[in-house]
Amino acid sequence: MSMVIALFRRELRSYFVTPVAYVFIVIFLMLMGTFTFYLGGFYERGQADLRAFFNFHPWLYLFLVPAIAMRLWAEERKTGTVELLMTLPITPLQAVLGKFLAAWAFAGIALVLTFPIWITVNYLGDPDNGTIFAAYIGSFLMAGGFLAIGSCLSAFTRNQVIAFVVSVVVCFGFLLSGFPMVLDMFSGWAPQVVVDGVASLSFLTHFADISRGVIDLRDLVYFALVIGAFLYANTIVLRWKQAD
Amino acid sequence: MLETNGLTKRYGRHKVVDNLGFSCGPGEVLGFLGPNGAGKSTTMKMVTGFVAPSAGNAWICGHEIQTDTLAAQRRIGYLPEGAPLYAEMTPLQFLEFVADVRGLSGSERRHRLGEVIALLHLDPVLKQSIDTLSKGFKRRVGLAQAILHDPDVLILDEPTDGLDPNQKHEVRQLIRSMSEEKLIVISTHILEEVDAVCTRAIIIADGRILVDDTPKNLVQQGDGDLDAVFRRVTCGDQNGAEAAS
Repeated sequence: MSMVIALFRRELRSYFVTPVAYVFIVIFLMLMGTFTFYLGGFYERGQADLRAFFNFHPWLYLFLVPAIAMRLWAEERKTGTVELLMTLPITPLQAVLGKFLAAWAFAGIALVLTFPIWITVNYLGDPDNGTIFAAYIGSFLMAGGFLAIGSCLSAFTRNQVIAFVVSVVVCFGFLLSGFPMVLDMFSGWAPQVVVDGVASLSFLTHFADISRGVIDLRDLVYFALVIGAFLYANTIVLRWKQAD
Repeated sequence: MLETNGLTKRYGRHKVVDNLGFSCGPGEVLGFLGPNGAGKSTTMKMVTGFVAPSAGNAWICGHEIQTDTLAAQRRIGYLPEGAPLYAEMTPLQFLEFVADVRGLSGSERRHRLGEVIALLHLDPVLKQSIDTLSKGFKRRVGLAQAILHDPDVLILDEPTDGLDPNQKHEVRQLIRSMSEEKLIVISTHILEEVDAVCTRAIIIADGRILVDDTPKNLVQQGDGDLDAVFRRVTCGDQNGAEAAS
């Protein structure tokens, strides 16, 4: 555990000593605001909730989260520091966890900094703060899911651009797996069980469930499983690529 | 202390390291010599547990590197080829990170940090980010990281590469001063270095051990010219003779 903490601290600090953190957070907050007020029609809806705000999270994450995740392993491999890291007495799982948790905490910080919108809606009306809290939890979990996918894929390559593009595509697949666009690829040949299974993988439906204010155990387990599975795959990719 | 048996690494059909077996103990400074691409770095990557061998084993202080990786890695200090470092950190932050991962704490941590910083003269650049440092300082930060936990086995891949003559001299002195109770393995293609610090030299080419002898004997064989021996061994007799003439 102390290894994970040491690595976590190093990683999190590295976001803030480079402009990465500040650029990311500023862009994230600007886009969130733009989407909420212009596309989401926050005022025009005339309702004291943050539906207009949370509806855009999956789509913003689709591009912004892979941008955080792409550097996780690709950069280490490119600069050769992965050799330094993996010859320290650290297991691959500890390394993957430390880096992932730091990136997740960073995404969490960006998310927390959207609090002015929460203050705004409370100033203008009388929203259900329980629902808002649940939606924040859901959003954070979804960011974790995207990050785990991105982290795993970034271990495949030393090229951050490739890591980014492939992560966006895979995340897009996960986002839309409940929609005809993805399901039609399976419905022609796969048995119904598989189609249903793919449909239930959609980030969008699970996030929508939580953001309605219902924190269902199934949705929590779903995100935990996605994160766990991709991080486990991440350790395997790491070992496999190391052997080369 | 360090033992390898049948260590082999294949990439596709090409054998980079071929059935390497040697063992060495404390007090030895083993120089790994060979032309570029001979398999020196790959051997070091396998011995330190970064790259998995295609066949064979390596033991560090009795710990098998593939099955007992962490225990073995705790005993090793390693400077990878090119001394990769986290460029956005300062040397102090970086060394503190390594100290945390190495499990150093309290007064021992302070003591060891102070010692390596003094030993490698890192004081003037401690709070400067690593990517602004000169090549020589970067290399020294890499060395500091390797010796921070006072390891039994020190594996240094081209430790003096990129240093100026004074710094080279200092690093060699450092290696000599640590060699009494440690096993130090260095790879190099600077032959004078072998003569200067090593107690034993292994010349490899195409992944195989060609010579395993003391530098003194090698110098004698080459009539005082280590270069000639190196060329003769790695290029074959005739080429070596031509190159020497």
